Order: sequence, then C-alpha cells, then structure tokens
Amino acid sequence: MNLTSNGATPTAISAERLVRRFDGTTAVDEVDLDIRRGEIYGFLGPNGAGKSTTVRVLCTLLSPTAGRAVVAGYDVATEPEKVRLRIGVALQEAALDPKQTGIELLRLQGRLYGLSGREIAGRLADLGRLIDIGDALERPIGTYSGGMKRRLDLAAALVHNPEVLFLDEPTTGLDPVSRARMWEEVRRLNRELDMTIFLTTQYLEEADELADRVGIINDGRLVAEGTPDDLKRSVGDDVIVAGVDGRADASGDAVRRLSGVRNVEVRGDELIITATNGAATIGDVAVALNTIGPVRSLLLRTPTLDDVFLELTGNHIRGEERAAGESESASDHDHDHDELVEVGR
Amino acid sequence: MTAVDISALGIQRDDPVRARPAAAPRDVVAIAGRALRAVPRELETVIPPIFIALFFFVVNIGTLQHLTERHLNGFDIKAFMLPTAILIGVTGVSRAGSVVLDIQNGYFDRLLLTPVRRLAILVGHMVADVAIACALTVPILILALALGVRLESGPAGVIVFVFMSGLWSLAFAGFGYAIALKTGNPAAVNSSFLLFFPFLFMTSSYVPRSQLSGWLGGIATWNPVTYVLEGQRSLVTQGWEWDSLAKALVAIGVVGLLSMSLCLAALRGRTRRG
Repeated sequence: MNLTSNGATPTAISAERLVRRFDGTTAVDEVDLDIRRGEIYGFLGPNGAGKSTTVRVLCTLLSPTAGRAVVAGYDVATEPEKVRLRIGVALQEAALDPKQTGIELLRLQGRLYGLSGREIAGRLADLGRLIDIGDALERPIGTYSGGMKRRLDLAAALVHNPEVLFLDEPTTGLDPVSRARMWEEVRRLNRELDMTIFLTTQYLEEADELADRVGIINDGRLVAEGTPDDLKRSVGDDVIVAGVDGRADASGDAVRRLSGVRNVEVRGDELIITATNGAATIGDVAVALNTIGPVRSLLLRTPTLDDVFLELTGNHIRGEERAAGESESASDHDHDHDELVEVGR
Repeated sequence: MTAVDISALGIQRDDPVRARPAAAPRDVVAIAGRALRAVPRELETVIPPIFIALFFFVVNIGTLQHLTERHLNGFDIKAFMLPTAILIGVTGVSRAGSVVLDIQNGYFDRLLLTPVRRLAILVGHMVADVAIACALTVPILILALALGVRLESGPAGVIVFVFMSGLWSLAFAGFGYAIALKTGNPAAVNSSFLLFFPFLFMTSSYVPRSQLSGWLGGIATWNPVTYVLEGQRSLVTQGWEWDSLAKALVAIGVVGLLSMSLCLAALRGRTRRG
C-alpha cells in the first residue's frame, strides 16, 4: 500500500502494517486499512479485539508502535495537530463534563477549534436541531439520559464540521429505539454531508445495516474485509443450522458427504452447514441427520456476519454480544434473515 | 430524536465553518472560563477554605492576643495574623481535583482530541486558580479591616498583598496538579494536603521568627513560607520593605519552580501518546 500525506487523495484513512503494543501485549497487529472518502467503514470485532485501540491511534490519542497511518491526508504520528483539525471523535464512553450544560460544552468545543463567536452560534443552531434535545441543552449534562449524552457527544464531535468522523461503539448501552435513531443520524451525516465515518462496533446488525464495507478484527488482526454482502457470500449462499441431540460429530460426517454442502462446523449440539443452495439441500440434510439420530431443530437462513466471524476465528462474535447483555435487538434482527424456521422440531 | 433534514440545517460539505488552531491566549481563556464557570456549581471547593481561614484568624487572635501583646511591646496580633489566615485560606486552592474528574470521565481525552495546546489546558486551570485565590483573600481582608487592621503600605499594598497571595496559591497548587496528572487519582490529589502542614505550621505563622527556638527555628529559616509571611507582614505593619518583598517573591519563585517542573513533567507524561 502506498500511503501519501496528501489532502487531495480519495483516501480518507489509510494504515500500513499498523501496530500498537502495551507492555508486551499487542493490541493492534499489523493492520492495513484503505478507506475512501465518503465511505462508512464498520470495524467489527468482539470486546478486546483491538477496535478502540485502533481508533485511539487513528485519532492521535496514541502513537503507533510500528507502521504508519494517514487520516484526512496527514500522518497521525508526525502531523497530529493537522489530523485533529479534520476529525471528529465520539469515544466509547461519552466524554462529557457532567457539570457543564450542553450549550457550554458545545461552545467551549467550538472555541477550542478556533471558530468565531458567530460561527459557533450558527453551528449551535444547526446541531441543536440535529441532536434534538431541546431545552435540555441549557441543563447540566449530569441530568441527561444515556441517549441524550450520546447525541450531545456526537454533536460535540461535529461542531467543527470534520471531514472524518470516528464513532467508537456509538450505540453500546443504548436502548433499541435510541440505537435506531443513532443509525439514522449516521446514515444522514454520510449521505447528506459525504462525511467519511469510521465506526467500531461489536453489533453484527449495526455493521450490516450501516457500513459500506466491514473490517473484521480479532486479537488485534484484521481477519477479513469487504462489503457485508461479499463477506457473507464468502461463507456460502445459505446456512442451515441443525440442532441434534448428541452424536454431533457423526451427524457432521453424514452431512459433509452430501452434494451442495460447502462446509460443516460442529459446535456442541449444533451443526452449522453452509450450502450453495440451502432450499435444495435442506431436505437431504434432514434425511442424513435422521439416519444418525433425532433432529431437534432445523433452520435455513442467509449467512450473517457472525457466520463470517465464526468461519474465520472459530468463535461466535454474537456470544460476546450476549455476554454484554445487549442481545435482544440483535437476535430480533437476525431473525429477519430467516427464510425457513424450525423445520422438524 | 425526530428525523431531520440535515441539508436544511445548513450543515453542508462546502460549509465555510472549518476548524483552525486558536491563538494560545484564546485557548487559555476558554479553559479558564470553563474552570471559573464551575466554581458556583462547586461551592464546596471554596467555602471551606474561607471558613477555615476566618476561623483561624478569629480564634488565633482570641487565643494569643493577651499573651503576645503583653510581652511584646507594640506587637499587633491582628496585623500579624492576617497573612497567616490568608495563606491558610489560599494554600491548596486549586482545580486539580476537577482535572482528575476530567481524566476519569474521559473529558480530558476530549480536550486532547481538539487542537488546544496541551500547556493551555494546565495554564487555563491555573489562571482560574489565581483568580479564585485572589477572590478568597477579599473577605478575610474585609474582616481584618473591620477589626481595625490598617495596611501601612496603603491601597497599592492591598493589591500587592492580594497578588502575592494568588502567586503563592499558584505555586503550591502546582503540586496538586502534578499529582493529579501523574496519578489521575482523587485520593492521591487529596494527599497533597499533607504538604500543607509542614509548609504552614513549621514557620513563623504564630509568633515572629525571632521567638522560635531550637529545631523549629532552624526549619522555619529554610521554610519558604516564612519569607512569604514576612513579606506580606511587612506590607501590613511596615509599609514598603523592598528587601522583605524580594525575599517573599524569591521564596514563591523557588516553590513555584519546583512544583511547576513536576507539573510539566506530569503533563508531558499524561499527554504522551507513546
């Protein structure tokens, strides 16, 4: 990859073999990125995968241990001041001073970005309507709900009209309604302003819904990258999930022999079967499984990014999601992809 | 949040609003303004110092007036105690605690993400501290004047007195900021109060240095606060004694140099990206 510090290039964010270590632990391990201007890039991975560390390097809070990154045309290591002028950042935890009012925080933010009083007033009018928290802007931030804090944090990141917006897990901890509102704002910022958005998330559906392209990171390494559709296609056209009561390995062997089956993963009492044509294959799968033992459930669905993550890492990213207690909406969403549900229970 | 049409809000790609580095004084004023706006919302940070200073002023006069004025000819305990009360009030007044909160709640990172000069973050808080310390001296001075204390150096002396109090407060506050930036721990910042005792009590706070004996007299000779007190007392009781004032400013400078060196090292450490 050829990284250039040139604001005229169509690349908004690029990284070449980017490494960040902490006391011998490698949090970001030779990550390459090439994100075009105007793109929404989803950086997907479980907790501790290295997403936030990557963001902190790209937005100049941390220096790279090795490698190089260029954001908005400037090197994050050698020209951090120029990068800061061109990026907006909403970190994982809304970074707000609870004792300031919303309006005070936004005004101060504007002053620190060198805006004139008139420019700040104009931006506050715009952003006040954008984040739509009404009179609450005059109240101390400590009185805000989680969703209001997130929206104010987003507004603070936008005060200076940045070229590149970093959103580090912007919907973590939000209820489904607030999450949907945040998605809508992200789409609008990208669509209306052509703003490049680097979005980290551990939510599959968030990456799937929002991102033009997704990078999947695990243990600090970028393990896959592409459009959500391309990534899902890489797993196979369809996924059949079979619940079996015991003898899963034998059931897996029986299914692998079938024509049209591309891959079989055995996870406990569950078989995850990828097939080029699920509808044509599911009958044969049911018959083959019944020869080994009883089939508890059989589900045909289109692949999800979780299947991609599973194939690449051997783990479900969705497990992390559930562990975080945020699974309801994700599960609901995943069911939207289901074509046939609960065959042969 | 209701759906809004951003294009109708004037937020456009060719919007002329573009970030640019602000001038250093503007950075400092912006940070200091935030710190000062927080004061009325955190009265618990300014009321105790005023109360303690007034308390010690009144109680010390009540305790020592007969004893000292009977044995020391021409001694005015109220004038003598005024600088002690003021230094008790302003020593340790700082926004270091709020810097720790900023570090803990992530707001410090938000500041670091802006183009603000790193030094301006510190200086802005310190400018606010000096303003607060100067303001804190006013009620104590008013009480002293009400009790009959007259500054021999006149109105200009009052200004120098207040300014010197602010400078001393700043010099001492540097230790708190150094601990805040180094540790990000509120308990550690509170522990900087321990420095308060040797600085303010192993000195001539209660009796003139000539009356201190043995080891305490020796320590007081090396304690920079001794010279700050003597400089301020000279403004109250003698008028313009340039030698005492110069020693006071040198003492403040020495403490300030030490605390600010620690402070800047801690700031470098906190903002280092490596």
